[in-house]
Amino acid sequence: MTDDELIWRISGGSGDGIASTSQNFAKALMRSGLNVFTHRHYPSRIRGGHTYTEVRASADPVESRGDGYNFLLALGDSFARNPQEEAVYGNEEIKPLSENLDELREGGVIVYDEGLLDASDIPNFDERVEENDWHVYPLDLRGLARDQGREVMRNTAGVGATCALTGMDLDHVQDLMRDAMPEKILEPNLEILQIAYDQVREEYDVDAPDVSVPTGEHDEEQLLMSGSDAISYGAIDEGCRFIAGYPMTPWTEVFTIMTQNLPKLGGISEQVEDEIAAAALAVGASHAGVKAMSGSSGGGFALMSEPLGLAEMTETPVVLVEAMRAGPSTGMPTKPEQSDLEHVLYTSQGDSQRVVLAPGTVEEAYEQSRLAFRLAYEYQIPSILLYDQKLGGELKNVPKSHFDREPNPTLGKTLSEDALAEEPHSPDGKFHRFQHDVEDGVSPRSIPGQKGGRFLATGNEHDPTGHIAESPDNRVAQIDRRTQKLEAIRDDLDQEDTGSYAGPEDAEYGILTFGSQQGTVEEAVGRLNDAGISVKSYGVSDMLPFPTEQVREFVESVDEVLVVEMTASGQFRGLVQKNLGQYGEKLSSLLKYNGNPFEPAEIVDGFEAAVVEGDGDASGHQTTFVPAAGD
Amino acid sequence: MSTFSAIGDEREIDRDEYTPGVEPQPTWCPGCGDFSVLKALKQALPEVGRTPEETLLCTGIGCSGKLNSYLDTYGFHTIHGRSLPVARAAKLANPDLEVIAAGGDGDGYGIGGNHFIHTARENHDMTYIVFNNEIFGLTKGQTSPTSPKGHKSKTQPSGSAKEPIKPLSMSLNAGASYVARTAAVNPNQAKEILIEAIEHDGFAHVDFLTQCPTWNKDARQYVPYIDVNESDDYEFDKTDRVEAAEMMRETEESLYEGEVLTGRFYVDEERPSYGAEKQEIGEMPEEPLAERYWDDDYEWERSHDMFLDKHA
Repeated sequence: MTDDELIWRISGGSGDGIASTSQNFAKALMRSGLNVFTHRHYPSRIRGGHTYTEVRASADPVESRGDGYNFLLALGDSFARNPQEEAVYGNEEIKPLSENLDELREGGVIVYDEGLLDASDIPNFDERVEENDWHVYPLDLRGLARDQGREVMRNTAGVGATCALTGMDLDHVQDLMRDAMPEKILEPNLEILQIAYDQVREEYDVDAPDVSVPTGEHDEEQLLMSGSDAISYGAIDEGCRFIAGYPMTPWTEVFTIMTQNLPKLGGISEQVEDEIAAAALAVGASHAGVKAMSGSSGGGFALMSEPLGLAEMTETPVVLVEAMRAGPSTGMPTKPEQSDLEHVLYTSQGDSQRVVLAPGTVEEAYEQSRLAFRLAYEYQIPSILLYDQKLGGELKNVPKSHFDREPNPTLGKTLSEDALAEEPHSPDGKFHRFQHDVEDGVSPRSIPGQKGGRFLATGNEHDPTGHIAESPDNRVAQIDRRTQKLEAIRDDLDQEDTGSYAGPEDAEYGILTFGSQQGTVEEAVGRLNDAGISVKSYGVSDMLPFPTEQVREFVESVDEVLVVEMTASGQFRGLVQKNLGQYGEKLSSLLKYNGNPFEPAEIVDGFEAAVVEGDGDASGHQTTFVPAAGD
Repeated sequence: MSTFSAIGDEREIDRDEYTPGVEPQPTWCPGCGDFSVLKALKQALPEVGRTPEETLLCTGIGCSGKLNSYLDTYGFHTIHGRSLPVARAAKLANPDLEVIAAGGDGDGYGIGGNHFIHTARENHDMTYIVFNNEIFGLTKGQTSPTSPKGHKSKTQPSGSAKEPIKPLSMSLNAGASYVARTAAVNPNQAKEILIEAIEHDGFAHVDFLTQCPTWNKDARQYVPYIDVNESDDYEFDKTDRVEAAEMMRETEESLYEGEVLTGRFYVDEERPSYGAEKQEIGEMPEEPLAERYWDDDYEWERSHDMFLDKHA
């Protein structure tokens, strides 16, 4: 935790504009020269229910949500149900304030809309305020907005109050409003912003803010971007011009971004009847010579299991993205978890092969989206990009230069008609699409419509022309060849390590993690080292083919390793042990599966309790320690 | 040489070109109706001028799926029930291909029923041939979605309690713009209907009655058949939805009473195909997308130049 940071939480009900207000505020902070990172929490509900977004801003780089937060802007929940004592939801009206108090830091600020919220509805509110040295500013934001004729603009009033109380200039907020808002609502919003700002400055002594907005400077242009944005742009830059999908949270974000952008690129998006069709369409489009993708979240991805196997068996390149959310079954649709790891690694019958990459940051999401396409098309294999609700939806600033790269629309080993003529054919003119002995196991392909390229793609085992064949020699040759591609991909991936490392190389302890927890782990590693505990971390991205040698080296170099993941059953630790085949006595787990991502302090405390003190009890956190099992 | 020079190739086509060297003789049972589909396709394709290498045949799983092994074109033998989503995506990726999908009644009206409804609804420009033998053949004789009520099999030992699917009516309601039924015993009509179906600009659904002499011995051999377009006993306008619907209802009921009615039941030449609809709203390129990947002069767009400003 650094003192020089603002973690601003805006809370209200779904439908109250929490997401758009926080996004604009984050962008204003970014434009002012700060690094920003957002964390969102929302229910699977269209209207009402407790929702919040946190914006963390610091002059230093931020790669994670923080520990708690220090500034609350509690708006009303316009869609709260009527308070009923016996009902499970109790008094929803007060929740934007009451539900957020536990995580507010000592000395933090509370601004709440007294036009809608009555703090006296919260038991022991005054005592808690005193105990925690909170600074409370009840403001009639609703009334203020209503006076300007637009009650719904109370969010803007709240932002104005935030600026006044944290010492932030209005310039960047005003600029953003001018960029984002249509003329009709711009003027009243600007007015409300100014009035709220002035009123707070008049009424309160704001010269020495309780919580200040830090100041910083960027040395190059920054963009505010989510993992879903980055995945989509990665796909576009690899020449993907076809997507098929079916809506499901949180995958819908990538599907939407692609669908809105593809027509501008002469591409095609198809919203279809189910996820079986979605994946099958991606396979069909790719077979016909277009770079194609599909994707879903857990339940929808389950339906893609068979088309996934078909793509593998027919060696049709395809990229599927899987946006994890808390399962099993419908689980918690809007909450992050990493528990689909084994699902994507192993689904589909037989010894089917695939690539699975799990990016850890927004930057990696872009790079590995591109990598997933490159590997899929070069090696004619399905690639799965595995991420989660957290990485998909959180926003952070990324330098624009990160995206200044050449496009790569190549289809991989695909033959022109001239080249096809030189390739082996059967006497009846069928092209040998699936040759036994070829470099890296990759047999070049033809595209329907090409002269001299005729072949059969089939989910049955097949001979070099694609003709269904069950002879033992052919079977062994074909399955060995398809398996060989994974070894070639591992060699390819070893050319450039996709892992992320933090902490001193000669550290005593290690933390292993994968995917979206990487940034939080790295912040925890920094703090542990600051506290004199020698620890380093390795965020692994390649789930399949697994970087066994790199992980072995890491595990061997330290005394003990804590594996951090958002699953209840330790799936990632299982994957590590399966690949290493030993070191079971060195690997323990820190798990979290309550629907919220780790905070850095939970990893710091969990690590100290588990590894340094050895008893595993990190009291006060909803995390679970699982000791080493032995080999 | 262009990228896809097989497409639009104007030449005489010999029907033997569609016979594969490696497995020229199908393994269907003697007397199987599937032979007639193969024969009718081999006759229809040269007549419409589509060569093996500009044709993509997508099949499902079952006896019907073996069509891919016996008709030598570009082929995609997919998975059970999923030939249509694979086929329609290939058509979107490269509209110049002649795309034909085929499968059995279990494949198309059972496990793939959802895809059938939606592909018909969208009116993709393709032909869909359903080998309807009212039985699951390759898995040895289980009751299928088109088996008549009361049909006994190892999986319906007391006789099926279900009414059969009405494929023609279902197709019409879903949105197919060409709906026909033919029968294996009627090779001339089958050929003519397949020619029309392939040439039709939209989703052409052909319910092809293919007797199964091995597993459905009790069933009729679909003789004698009556062509409703030629018979004086039936008068209806196949371009009129209401009249078509009534004719289909009668046809579907009479099949189970021993009367085999065949012919064109619904033809809508006015409705644009899905590709045209998508182009109309600006969501489908004018040039086949598949060709772009071979165009050395094409300047591939970058997200950096097009989409990043709104994030700044």
